[in-house]
Amino acid sequence: MSRAVTVLATGPLTTVQDRGRPGQGALGIGRSGAADRGAAALANRLLGNDPGAALLEVTYGGLALRAEADLLVVTTGARCAGTAAHNAPVPLPAGRELRLGPPETGLRTYVGLHGGIEVEPVLGSRSTDLLSGLGPPVVSVGDVLPVGPAAEPMPGVDLAALPDPAGGEVTVRVSPGPRRDWFGDDAWAALTSQPWAVTAESNRVGLRLDGVPLRRAREGELPSEGMVRGALQVPPSGLPVLFLADAPVTGGYPVIGYVADADVDRCAQLRPGQPLRLRG
Amino acid sequence: MRVLPSGSTALLVELDDLDAVLGLYAALVDEPLDGVVDVVPAARTVLLVTDPAVVAVPDVEAAVRRVRPRQGRAGTGETVELPVHYDGADLADVAALWGVDPDGVVRRHTGTGWTVAFCGFAPGFGYCTPDGDPWDVPRRDTPRTKVPPGAVGLAGPFSGVYPRESPGGWQLVGRTDVAVFDLHRDSAALLRPGVRVRFVSA
Repeated sequence: MSRAVTVLATGPLTTVQDRGRPGQGALGIGRSGAADRGAAALANRLLGNDPGAALLEVTYGGLALRAEADLLVVTTGARCAGTAAHNAPVPLPAGRELRLGPPETGLRTYVGLHGGIEVEPVLGSRSTDLLSGLGPPVVSVGDVLPVGPAAEPMPGVDLAALPDPAGGEVTVRVSPGPRRDWFGDDAWAALTSQPWAVTAESNRVGLRLDGVPLRRAREGELPSEGMVRGALQVPPSGLPVLFLADAPVTGGYPVIGYVADADVDRCAQLRPGQPLRLRG
Repeated sequence: MRVLPSGSTALLVELDDLDAVLGLYAALVDEPLDGVVDVVPAARTVLLVTDPAVVAVPDVEAAVRRVRPRQGRAGTGETVELPVHYDGADLADVAALWGVDPDGVVRRHTGTGWTVAFCGFAPGFGYCTPDGDPWDVPRRDTPRTKVPPGAVGLAGPFSGVYPRESPGGWQLVGRTDVAVFDLHRDSAALLRPGVRVRFVSA
């Protein structure tokens, strides 16, 4: 049997992701890629994969796979019940199943396979962009996902001792964005002092935050302008959207601030209802 | 040029007008700045996205301030001709708005050269700006929930072609059979910033 895994269950959402499609913003093509880039990179590192190898991004557990060959697997990110080892590569012999329960904390689990998942790339990447629809289709039951040859030697790391995603309030750093001046100091203070709640409308595009709305200091329309992940955009409701992996290339509402790039991965692990503080 | 902060990996350059955007973008394509992994032009701005492992944002700011923008609309030197069937659902409304007959709209749309200024809204959706005086066409009051691929529309000072079926509020004047976004073509997006466009009556 060729190197592959068969998908038996997907949970709420499972997609194939890699490092995305950088450098194509001028064509209206967003970056996409793993929402928690650090966790995805760790999975590839532990397996000795190329850093650009594709893996599975599992949202709130529930994935079940069957190995169709002797494979090596690792999970990183949100630690799910039912995984033999987390942040540590383990063999998945032919015929054996991997079943992820719900995560203890965090939202997104990365399932990496030695050799990487080799579905057909689209515009240089195997990432599914849920906003633009580019990339492979969302993973569904019955899919047989090819796994690349295990050409690279294993790095010989047994386990990466890393903290799990936080379960309670999370604090990240924020700096003023390009349209900070569309808001008064009161709005900036409101942005950086209140605990924001992550709402259930959040997805790979962005976190929709709930709290006391931010008031603009000036009216008017903003011509659409480029932005990247981490942008805190304020639509007319006054409730900010924190953009994640599948952020649009451009947006027409003012961006009041940016979450520090190094902190955005932690935001991608927030669940609906979890409090988020933006420290100015 | 105003340089505005955009987080720890990017910066936003704000310019006076669309021509200044085209000029700076053309210069940045000709001579890319070190450590800049993406350049995203828009109506009044150019976003520079950096690789923080290679370059620091303040160094990119200093570098972009030294860039000498290109003059005029030389673009990329590529020209795309798009045959259009001028039978759009909003052709009569646009004609009424301008006080001309539908043929007058067609003559105006085919009678000028266009340049793709930037992309947005969807992959491969190029915002085309006309030579000479800018146009002004209001968007539809109620956007359509479904616009077919290939639909040619007008909105504000721009004309564009829908790359795929999507919702949309542009005034539709016609349609083209040319696929402006095709994943199986070497360059998937036909209407890239700087490309010159000529609409012709099919």
